[in-house]
Amino acid sequence: MKVVTNRHIEEIKAIVKTGRVLIDESDRFSYSFDGSFGTYLPDIVIQTKNVDELVSLVKLANRERIPIYPRGQATSLSGGPLPVKGGMVLDLSVMNDLLEIHEEDLIAIVSPGVLTAEIHRAAEQKGLMYPPDPSSSHVSTIGGNLAENSGGPRGLKYGVTKDSVIGLEIITPEGEIIKTGGKTVKNVTGYDLTKLIVGSEGTLGIITKAVLRLIPKPQATGTIMAIFDSLVDAGSAISKILSSGIFPSKMELMDQASLVAVEKFEPLGLPTDAAALILIELDGHPLSLREEMEQAAALCRTVGAREVRIPKDKAEEAELWKARKLVSPAIVRIKPTKISEDATVPRSKIPEMCERLLKIRDKYGIHLVVFGHAGDGNLHPNIICDKTDQEEMLRVEQAVAEIFTAAVELGGTLSGEHGIGTMKAPFMEMELGVVGLDMMKRIKKVWDPNNIMNPGKIFPEPGQKLELS
Amino acid sequence: MTVSLKDLREELQYDKTKNCVQCGYCLPVCPTYATFGKETHSPRGRINLVKMVGEGKITDLSILEEPLNLCLGCRACETACPTGVEYGSILEAARAAIVKRKRFSFPARLLRKAMLNKVVPSKKWMNVTGHSIWLYKKSGLQKLARTSGIVEKVPYNLGTFESVIPTPVSPIERSQAPTEVKAKHKVKYTVAFFTGCIMDSMFHRINQLSIKLLSEAGCNVVVVPKQTCCGALQAHAGEMDEARHLAKQNILAFEQINADFIVNNAGGCGAQLYEYGHLLSNDKVWAERAANFSAKSRDISQILVACGGLPDMQPRHGERVTYQRSCHMTNVQKVTQEPLELLKSIPGIHFIEMNQADMCCGSAGIYNIVNYDASMQILDEKMKHTKATNAAVIITTNPGCLIQMKLGIEREELSHSMRALHLVEYLAEASGIS
Ligand SMILES: Cc1cc2nc3c(=O)[nH]c(=O)nc-3n(C[C@H](O)[C@H](O)[C@H](O)COP(=O)(O)OP(=O)(O)OC[C@H]3O[C@@H](n4cnc5c(N)ncnc54)[C@H](O)[C@@H]3O)c2cc1C
Ligand code: SF4
Ligand code: SF4
Repeated sequence: MKVVTNRHIEEIKAIVKTGRVLIDESDRFSYSFDGSFGTYLPDIVIQTKNVDELVSLVKLANRERIPIYPRGQATSLSGGPLPVKGGMVLDLSVMNDLLEIHEEDLIAIVSPGVLTAEIHRAAEQKGLMYPPDPSSSHVSTIGGNLAENSGGPRGLKYGVTKDSVIGLEIITPEGEIIKTGGKTVKNVTGYDLTKLIVGSEGTLGIITKAVLRLIPKPQATGTIMAIFDSLVDAGSAISKILSSGIFPSKMELMDQASLVAVEKFEPLGLPTDAAALILIELDGHPLSLREEMEQAAALCRTVGAREVRIPKDKAEEAELWKARKLVSPAIVRIKPTKISEDATVPRSKIPEMCERLLKIRDKYGIHLVVFGHAGDGNLHPNIICDKTDQEEMLRVEQAVAEIFTAAVELGGTLSGEHGIGTMKAPFMEMELGVVGLDMMKRIKKVWDPNNIMNPGKIFPEPGQKLELS
Repeated sequence: MTVSLKDLREELQYDKTKNCVQCGYCLPVCPTYATFGKETHSPRGRINLVKMVGEGKITDLSILEEPLNLCLGCRACETACPTGVEYGSILEAARAAIVKRKRFSFPARLLRKAMLNKVVPSKKWMNVTGHSIWLYKKSGLQKLARTSGIVEKVPYNLGTFESVIPTPVSPIERSQAPTEVKAKHKVKYTVAFFTGCIMDSMFHRINQLSIKLLSEAGCNVVVVPKQTCCGALQAHAGEMDEARHLAKQNILAFEQINADFIVNNAGGCGAQLYEYGHLLSNDKVWAERAANFSAKSRDISQILVACGGLPDMQPRHGERVTYQRSCHMTNVQKVTQEPLELLKSIPGIHFIEMNQADMCCGSAGIYNIVNYDASMQILDEKMKHTKATNAAVIITTNPGCLIQMKLGIEREELSHSMRALHLVEYLAEASGIS
């Protein structure tokens, strides 16, 4: 049963004067998926960049109890924009007109549909940098990044999206426009609603504008590759370097399974017999950089690195980072389905988490690949499987649950950057506790009394379980 | 027509859609997504629609018709895809499935068959004269579009094309075209030249220049008799049987001589020749022969570079030149460097790469005729970047792109300051060959 009736459609068409209203089946199916699992057919899809029209649509939805699903480019890996209860999808990727760099204030003002990579480009042209760098930055929108609180390799040094946003304009679920934060880096007036909205996964409102913080672009960068015969040693190297006073801009881990997969996909001369390698990037002033590079290389050796390589030129350096980028595509050539988790642990627990992951792999007989932004404890355990193999998927479900348990037991979290969406909702209580989760639910209830804004996300329905088969 | 879901999955190559992880990495490179601005016209969206049919969620295949018809088939998405989704095969299979179920009205069926199976592949028809056959073809397609209803937009704009069609070569001159030309200097290779149907009829002069350039660079050139149309237009329209039939005819014809390479000068045709191996891979009798044919097939730029380039080119005195890549050359044959290398070997040239150089110009076989409006929107996007280069010459490597870019120049009223040329024409000009 559709929640959007013909009468609603007429009203929606009357509201949307500058954009498009899509009701054909081919269009609705095209907005039924994201980068994760499952397809849910929306009743209607609306594209408009006009804030007044969006306000009217939200008011209509609130009055008629129609679910609204904000959507960027649907690269979410946690089910964020899926219209699980039907209703309206608002395609906000069309709001891509505003991208201003204010050099003197070190800020950028953007509309939500701007691609993150466009912000990178515009900032760089002025010698500045927008730090958050999800691997999907050339496809994903800043609105999606804000809603998911996305991170990336640079998160180690510069934090995730929330660390780079200081102001927002949003439409509340009741159809009011509010502004949070502002253009000043220091701002302590009242509750920090900006931080509440960032990472709320579209459940508290529609972001229509954002003020982002920029920093001067580091003068120079350098890369080190350290090769290890044990995954646990590699984990130790990571925590040792971090506690030594050196602050790398990126620290990425690839385990043997990822090395083998990349090498098969595109031979780059990676050491496939090694158990793991870490790629370290340092940035800063050229002089201090040189010294820190030597220090970091020496540290890796003392922790048991079999070999430490420093690329001789920028081309060789680019090759190494290319290898890291290729892990994701390379591993899906093994089997078609990739369950990409982003459970995160405190840095000191990285070696222990590595051990737990290996045990889980063997216990459930699954193909587990570990790589990711290890420097911030954000390991990406990826399970490679085939979703048409029901028996295998059941084992995968159990393994995923155990990975979450391990992360939380070690003092970590379910998600370092991909968000909760539909995929991790069943595990929320495990991390937050009954009261912790209830506080969040109460906040949601106050903001969105009719539960129209992205319902079905973050908060588990009674009895909801992770289902992959 | 009732078929089991299992059969439908096979017919649609459903298994290939499973490799799509819906990451969206293909969105930024897709010209139809950029131009029409909805997921329905993105590669990810189109693959998902096929997936939905394979999973029984969509049962009416006509839902796929418009999204698939509006795909240019440029395959930029394949190049961008990190997981290696074979989009071209998925598209081909889905179009064939739709064509199979489509009940064309009787006259439309006749006309469609006549156009794709008789006129384009036939030397006799294509030879009458370049110009009139072009118009005949166009107006035939116009009628087809009008009566069959397979296309969304009916093109009433054929007059526009007329102004950019090259002056035809007379039938007498055509019949006197040489069938064998010896290498000018030391012989490096013996090559068999693929004339193509549209290239041969409308761009006869470019074919003749190609042969001269090959000879200049050190090739013995043979124009193989009994060769026919490459079959690309048929394959893209979902007429796979006809495409296979033409492929076999060509394989037979080219097996008659023992050339080092089979050389073509049209990106779209070249891609089709390059894919014969794939097209006939399930045919016991032909698979190996087709693979051999494809292995020998090369774009002319590859051969000219392999020969060490062209001798004695005249300086161009800082002429600003840009290059509109042929999608099929880029994304299927993966020939991207050679044309640039040749251009840059011309002394005194000022080469400027346009922004989003890899985006399709909207020509795409007969797309610009059957989807005229859509194609012009895509062209307008392209022209923004082309204009920004301030180039005096736009180089192309495919007849369709050449016409489209000429059209773009007309639409922007730039014909006083900008011209579009095939790479071969420009190289010939620089080499003093006419
Ligand atoms: C190959 C690949 C690599 C990835 N790498 C990373 C990575 O390195 N780091 C990382 O953090 N993530 C990564 N992701 C996940 C994903 O790209 C991010 O979550 C991204 O931020 C989603 O942006 P989007 O525009 O696609 O948003 P969508 O997926 O469309 O939406 C995401 C969420 O944002 C909400 N939303 C979107 N726009 C708005 C708005 N204007 N107002 C309110 N809510 C809104 C939606 O409702 C949804 O809940 C990756 C994904 C893929 C496929
Ligand atoms: S073939 Fe070209 S137009 Fe078609 S989906 Fe791929 S990129 Fe888009
Ligand atoms: S890039 Fe490839 S895997 Fe990603 S959405 Fe496009 S076709 Fe699918």
